[in-house]
Amino acid sequence: MPLTVPPILAYALRRLIQAAPVVVLIMIGTFLLLKLAPGDTVDALVGDMGGADAAFIERLRIEYGLDQPVWVQLWRYMVKLASFDFGWSFVYEQPVSTVLMDRLGNTLLLMATSLSLAFTIGVLLGAIAARRAYSLSDNIISTLGLVFYATPSFFLSLMMMLIFSVKLGWLPVGGIKTIGAFYDGWKHVWDVALHLVMPTAALSLIYLAFYLRLMRAAVLEVAELDYVRTARAKGAGETRLMAHHIMRNALLPVVTLLGLQFSTVLGGSVVVETIFTLPGLGQLAYQSVIQRDLNTLMGIIFLCAIIVVVVNFLTDLLYARLDSRIELK
Amino acid sequence: MTAPAPKPVLEIENLRVALPKGSDRPFALDGLSLTVAPGEIVCLVGESGSGKSLTAGAVMRLLPEPHVHVAGGAIRFEGEDILAKTEAEMRAIRGDRISMIFQEPMTALNPQKTVGWQIDEVLKLHMKAGRRERKAHALEMLNRVHIPEPASAYNAYPHQISGGQRQRVMIAMALALSPKLIIADEPTTALDVTTQLQILKLIRELQRDEGAGVLFITHDFGVVAEIADKVVVLKQGEMVEQGPADEVLNRPRAPYTRALIGAVPDLTPPPHRPLSDAPVVLSGKALKKTFAARGGLLTGKRAAVTAVKDLTFELRRGETLGVVGESGSGKTTVSRIVTRLVEADSGAVELEGKDLLACSARELRAMRKHIQMVFQDPMASLNPRKRVVDLIAQGPIVHGMDPRAARERARELLALVELSPAAADRFPHEFSGGQRQRIGIARALALEPRVIVADEPVSALDVSVQAQVLRLLADLRERLNLSLLFVTHDLRVAAQLCDRIIVMQKGEIVEAGPTAEVFAEPKHPYTRNLLASIPGRDWTPPVKSIEAA
Repeated sequence: MPLTVPPILAYALRRLIQAAPVVVLIMIGTFLLLKLAPGDTVDALVGDMGGADAAFIERLRIEYGLDQPVWVQLWRYMVKLASFDFGWSFVYEQPVSTVLMDRLGNTLLLMATSLSLAFTIGVLLGAIAARRAYSLSDNIISTLGLVFYATPSFFLSLMMMLIFSVKLGWLPVGGIKTIGAFYDGWKHVWDVALHLVMPTAALSLIYLAFYLRLMRAAVLEVAELDYVRTARAKGAGETRLMAHHIMRNALLPVVTLLGLQFSTVLGGSVVVETIFTLPGLGQLAYQSVIQRDLNTLMGIIFLCAIIVVVVNFLTDLLYARLDSRIELK
Repeated sequence: MTAPAPKPVLEIENLRVALPKGSDRPFALDGLSLTVAPGEIVCLVGESGSGKSLTAGAVMRLLPEPHVHVAGGAIRFEGEDILAKTEAEMRAIRGDRISMIFQEPMTALNPQKTVGWQIDEVLKLHMKAGRRERKAHALEMLNRVHIPEPASAYNAYPHQISGGQRQRVMIAMALALSPKLIIADEPTTALDVTTQLQILKLIRELQRDEGAGVLFITHDFGVVAEIADKVVVLKQGEMVEQGPADEVLNRPRAPYTRALIGAVPDLTPPPHRPLSDAPVVLSGKALKKTFAARGGLLTGKRAAVTAVKDLTFELRRGETLGVVGESGSGKTTVSRIVTRLVEADSGAVELEGKDLLACSARELRAMRKHIQMVFQDPMASLNPRKRVVDLIAQGPIVHGMDPRAARERARELLALVELSPAAADRFPHEFSGGQRQRIGIARALALEPRVIVADEPVSALDVSVQAQVLRLLADLRERLNLSLLFVTHDLRVAAQLCDRIIVMQKGEIVEAGPTAEVFAEPKHPYTRNLLASIPGRDWTPPVKSIEAA
C-alpha cells in the first residue's frame, strides 16, 4: 500500500523546503550588512568601560573571534546556526536563545492582539463605511482612519502617555508589569493587560487604517459584481447580501494584506516597545544595535524571519480556506 | 395564439426611465409599452445603449436608484402595480414569482459558494420546507436542466463546471419556484454556438412545461428567430416596432428594424472565387503549439494543453481564409503563432517565401510590416493616451519612415477607412466601438502589409456596425489586394467574408475547404453540428443592406 500523505502536510513540507533558502539568504545578507556598519561589540564594550589599552582590546577581539576575516566569521556563525545555536550575548552574559525566549512572548502577545484588533475593527469599520459610502458616517470613519494613519507612532504613543498616564493616571506609563508587586494568578493577567493597553492601541490604530481603506474599497467593488445582483434578483435582503455574498469575497484582498503586514508590524513594534519600555524583541533589537551585540541582533532577525515565514504560511492556508478557487498544491 | 388572449403576466405601459443629468439623453426608456402573456416568449431586441437591460431592472425594481429611476408609466405584474410595492414586498416577489437569468454565467454565480448552496438560497428565501426537502427539490431542478450527475454538481463550486453548465445552474435557480415571469437578459450571448442552441431549447422546453411568460432580452436576430413568439424592437429607448415574430422578422415595417435585419449576415456564402492561380502569400506547415505543463519540483503541476496540433494551411493573394471554431479550439492560438506573438513548438510559417519562425529578432522586426493584426477589443487595443494620428503613424515611424510623411499618410488612411480627417487629432475614447475598430484597421494598413490577421474583429460590435466593418474589410481587400486570415466564432460572419474556411476543434483541423462547399455539404460531424446550431438558421433575413462580398 503506498504511503499517502495528507495534502495539507505535503503542502506544509514543500513550503518548509522553500522557506529554508529564504531564511539562509536573509541571514547571510544581514550578517554582511551588519559587518559593514562601523564599530563592533568590543568598541561598544570598551566605550561603556570608559576606555582600555590597545593590548586588552586586541585580546578581547581574539577572544570573541572578531579578528578573523568576515567570511570565516560568517561561516562559523552559519554552521552554529544550522544546529540552532545562536551563540552567546556578550552584553547580557547569557546565551542568546535565553535572552530571546524571555522577550519573545511579550512581542508576540503585543503583535497578535494589535493585529487582530486592527484587522477586526478595520474590516468592520470599512464594511460600514462602504455600505454608507459618501455619507457622514463614512466621512467620519475615513477621516479618522487617515488621521491615525498619518500620525507617527512615537507621537501617538507619547500623546497617549501624556493623557492617560500623566494627566488622568488611569494606565501605567510603561513596562510589562508592576515591578515589585509580585502578583500571581488572575491579578498578574490583569496587571499585564493594563500595561499592554496603550502599546496595543498605539500599534493597532496605525494599522487599522490600512484594513479600513482596503476593506471599504473591496466592499464597494464586490457590491457591484454580477453575483450580488443575482442574489438581489433572488430576493435576498441587505443583511444576507452582506453576510453571504459581499463580505466573504471582499475579505480576500484584506487577508493578503494581513500576511504582508505582519513583518511591518514587527518593525513598528521597535518604536512602540522602546517608548513604552516593554521588554520585547523590538526593544531588544534597538538596544542590540546601540551596543553592537551582533549575536543577539542576528538571533532576533532569525526569529523574525521565521515568524514572517510561518505567518505567511498561515495566511495562505486561511486564503485557501476562504477562496474555494484556490487549491493547495 | 388566436384563442381569447389570457390575462397577461406582465404589462408595461408607457414606461419612462430617467437617466441622471448630463447623460446623452434624458430618458433611457421613453414610452415603452408591452405585454407578456403566460406561455409566451417576448423578445426585446435592440443594439447596445437601447435601454433593453434597464427594462429588466425596472420590472425587477433593481434600477441603480436614485440616479436612474422610473419617471412615468406603469408596470403591472399579474395585475398588481409593481411600482407601488414596498421593498419588502418586492423581495418576496423576486426569485419567487419573477426570476431572472443573466448574461455572464461566469460572473453571475458567487465563486465562493457551491452550486447547491446557491440554489438552496432561493428555496430558503421563499419556500417553507425543511433542509432535506429543499435539497431534494434542488437536485430535481438540476436534473430537469439536464446537468450530468446532479448530486456531484450540487457540491461543486462554479469554477469547477463548464460555462454551459453554469448557465444551466442559473436556469435551475431561476425556475426553481415555478415563477410566473422569467426575465432573461442575453442569457446565451457569452456561450458557444452549440451550447447556445441547447440552452435556448432548454429555456423553451421548461417555459412550456411551466406556462411562464418570458421577457427575453437580446441583440441577436438569429436568437430571436429561434425563440420568439413576439418581438419588440427598441432604438435609443424608444419602441420602433412590435408584433408577432413572424411578422417582424419577415415583413419588418419600421426602417430601423429593416436596417437591423438587413445587417444580419446571410448564411449563404458568396460564390467561390477561383484564386488557385494567385501566388501563395502566407503558409503554415505542420504548426504545433503546446502550452507546457507548469510547475516542477517545488510547486504545483498543471497539465499540458495542446492548443494547436499539426496545422497546415495556405493563404493566397487577395484571399480570405476563415478560421472558425468554439472556445478552446485553438483558433486564437493560430493567429498568435502566425504573427509570432506566441512561439510555436515546431513547424514553419512562410511569409513571402521566408520562414517567419526561423527569423532572428532583427529580421522579425523587418518582417512584421508584412503581417499586421486587428484585434477583437477595439477599446483595449488602442493606447488611450495617444492621438489617433500618432497611433496610426507609429508603425511606419518605427520602421524608419519620416514622421511627417507618416502622419500625412495616416490622415489618408483615415479617409480610406471612412473616418473624417478631423478624427486624426482626437483620442480613442472619443470614438464609438465601430469607429475604433476602423482606427485599428487603419493602423494595421499603415505598414502596407501583405497579410492582415484579424482575431474576432467584429465580435464586440453591434450588428449594424458589424456589417459596416465587414463591408469595409471586404472592400479594402479588393482594392489593396490584401490577404486576410480571419479568426471568428461566428459562422454567419465567416460565411459573409471568407473564401475558404478551416474548422477547428480541440487544436485540430476537422474540415477545410471553400466556404460555399463546407456550408452546403459539411463532411465532418462536428462541422455539421456547428452549422445546425446557428440560431435562426432556417430564417433568411428578407432585406439586405450589404452586397455579397
